[in-house]
Amino acid sequence: MTTHAPVHHSQPRVDHLFIAEMVEPGSRVLDVGCGDGALLHLLAETKMVDGRGVEISREGVNASVARGLSVIQGDADSDLSDYPDQAFDYAILSLTIQATRYPKTVLENLLRIGRYAIVSFPNFGHWKIRRDLLLTGRMPMTRNLPEPWYSSPDAHLCTIADFVSLCREVDAHVEQAVAFNSVGRRLPIGATLSMQNLLGEKAVFRLSKKQTPGQTAAHGA
Amino acid sequence: MTNLSKFAVPTEEPGQTSDRTPHGEVETPTSLLVRFPASEPLQLECGRQLAPFQIAYQTYGTLNADKSNAILVCHALTGDQHVSNVNPVTGKPGWWETMIGQGRPVIDTDRYFVICSNILGGCMGSTGPASLNPATGTPYGIDFPVITIGDMVNAQARLIDHLGIDQLFAVVGGSMGGMQVLEWAARYKDRVFAALPIATAARHSAQNIAFHEVGRQAVMADPEWCQGRYYAQGVVPRNGLSVARMAAHITYLSEEALQRKFGRNLQDRDEKTFSFNADFQVESYLRHQGSTFVDRFDANSYLYITRAMDYFDMAAEHGDVLANAFWGTKTRFCVVSFTSDWLYPTRESRAIVRALNAVAANVSFVEIDSDKGHDAFLLEESEFFDTVRGFISAAAQKRGLK
Repeated sequence: MTTHAPVHHSQPRVDHLFIAEMVEPGSRVLDVGCGDGALLHLLAETKMVDGRGVEISREGVNASVARGLSVIQGDADSDLSDYPDQAFDYAILSLTIQATRYPKTVLENLLRIGRYAIVSFPNFGHWKIRRDLLLTGRMPMTRNLPEPWYSSPDAHLCTIADFVSLCREVDAHVEQAVAFNSVGRRLPIGATLSMQNLLGEKAVFRLSKKQTPGQTAAHGA
Repeated sequence: MTNLSKFAVPTEEPGQTSDRTPHGEVETPTSLLVRFPASEPLQLECGRQLAPFQIAYQTYGTLNADKSNAILVCHALTGDQHVSNVNPVTGKPGWWETMIGQGRPVIDTDRYFVICSNILGGCMGSTGPASLNPATGTPYGIDFPVITIGDMVNAQARLIDHLGIDQLFAVVGGSMGGMQVLEWAARYKDRVFAALPIATAARHSAQNIAFHEVGRQAVMADPEWCQGRYYAQGVVPRNGLSVARMAAHITYLSEEALQRKFGRNLQDRDEKTFSFNADFQVESYLRHQGSTFVDRFDANSYLYITRAMDYFDMAAEHGDVLANAFWGTKTRFCVVSFTSDWLYPTRESRAIVRALNAVAANVSFVEIDSDKGHDAFLLEESEFFDTVRGFISAAAQKRGLK
């Protein structure tokens, strides 16, 4: 029989801690691509959120539900359209957007489902990746991107600059953005976008849907 | 909720004259019994009323002081209320005894008060077609009104009223039991804290209806069915009901499970006999399943219950939008399916999950990897048990249960 140890064992992931900082206590959270539920668990423990998860792998879902989290087996690309508008305060996508088939559609759905979307992703513009590509002429393999190109689930890697431009394209307002390096140190406030894009190994963005003139805010958002 | 008498009936001598099944559980079951008098009829969806009627049920554990720890278990088509005790008819362990009982890790009856009632239309003590029709003094037979899953749930709600329980901590069930869980959650939104519909669907598919029709036709083609009035003739449509069970049993298994269990192995012989004897083990197995089923189940109950399942279509009752059935729900759901279940396949569970998401319900959904087909929900599957335990204990924490 498989066991499911309570989850207070491992050190929380750095990007999870940055995400948790952005979440208001007691809010409603949807974690898309929640894996084994580590972030939901962290948010439930530290922020008393009402959390739900979507996860593509059966093992991840089963582990999460056995832990007492509300998680469904589903696919960010195909199943987000089932959720109603503004059903959550935060729709979170942590280190998952690069593995989706249609990142733009997924992001649009997140902005529709949540008052805020929180997205974290590995930054393909990081200097080490640029260096490796320049020097070896081959797809970089790093700690964050350990798989060779042909077996990597990360089909849609992007840089921080790319992501900012996608935000513009889907009318997302960047409420907050944090880039951090390999040891989880936050880059100094005031670092320019191009500096973040060079030095940040990962980034976390909190976004909201821009209200177009004449459009009323849904649910007081 | 007045004037109800509750009888805790100890084991009765089987085969009383008043009883019309081989096992003698119809009127005076080996169960707790609540009788609702003629003055308190059950309004049925077909428009008729049923009165008087009775519900036979089993309970396990103790209801706590604020009556917040009750779990209602809903049984499947040919199940009964004996979920966690030796079955008085078959002598076999309760059908979910591995999951529910004293000290059991999934649903521990030291902690929860578990209720399981025989469904309306059944033949183990709740009113059904084998019961006496008070208007004629003879068994209803096919004069029994056609019932629905919703009617079964309304009857259960009367039992829960009788027990003085406002809100059930959880309603749990697989297959047709899962249909009842969904109806409970839709009809009695404030009375269900947590719902576990397992290996089920929000509607019966054309294929499901087709299999049921084969079973019903087998029963009705048996001359001993006597147009449903076999009770008076002292016969039972054994062959018909047995064939119905054989056909249905195939749908509960997977091809893989059948292959693994029997393959093309021959039964107690080395060579084919060039006859229509049960040469193959799988034939012998199905014949055995059929013949033992007849000893414990009423043929007319089989007709009525399969019909209720066929009529089940929750979306149709809610403007063709399943989500409408769950509008405003506060219930926590955990939907479970099994990979090799082709009778209630995962896509049916996904449709339920989609509808629940559409109303932003609190829902978990797990597909369990199993090659045992639909019957997997009755078997000890560790991943399944872990899921149910995790869900139930998290819900108990939310509910503030000790």
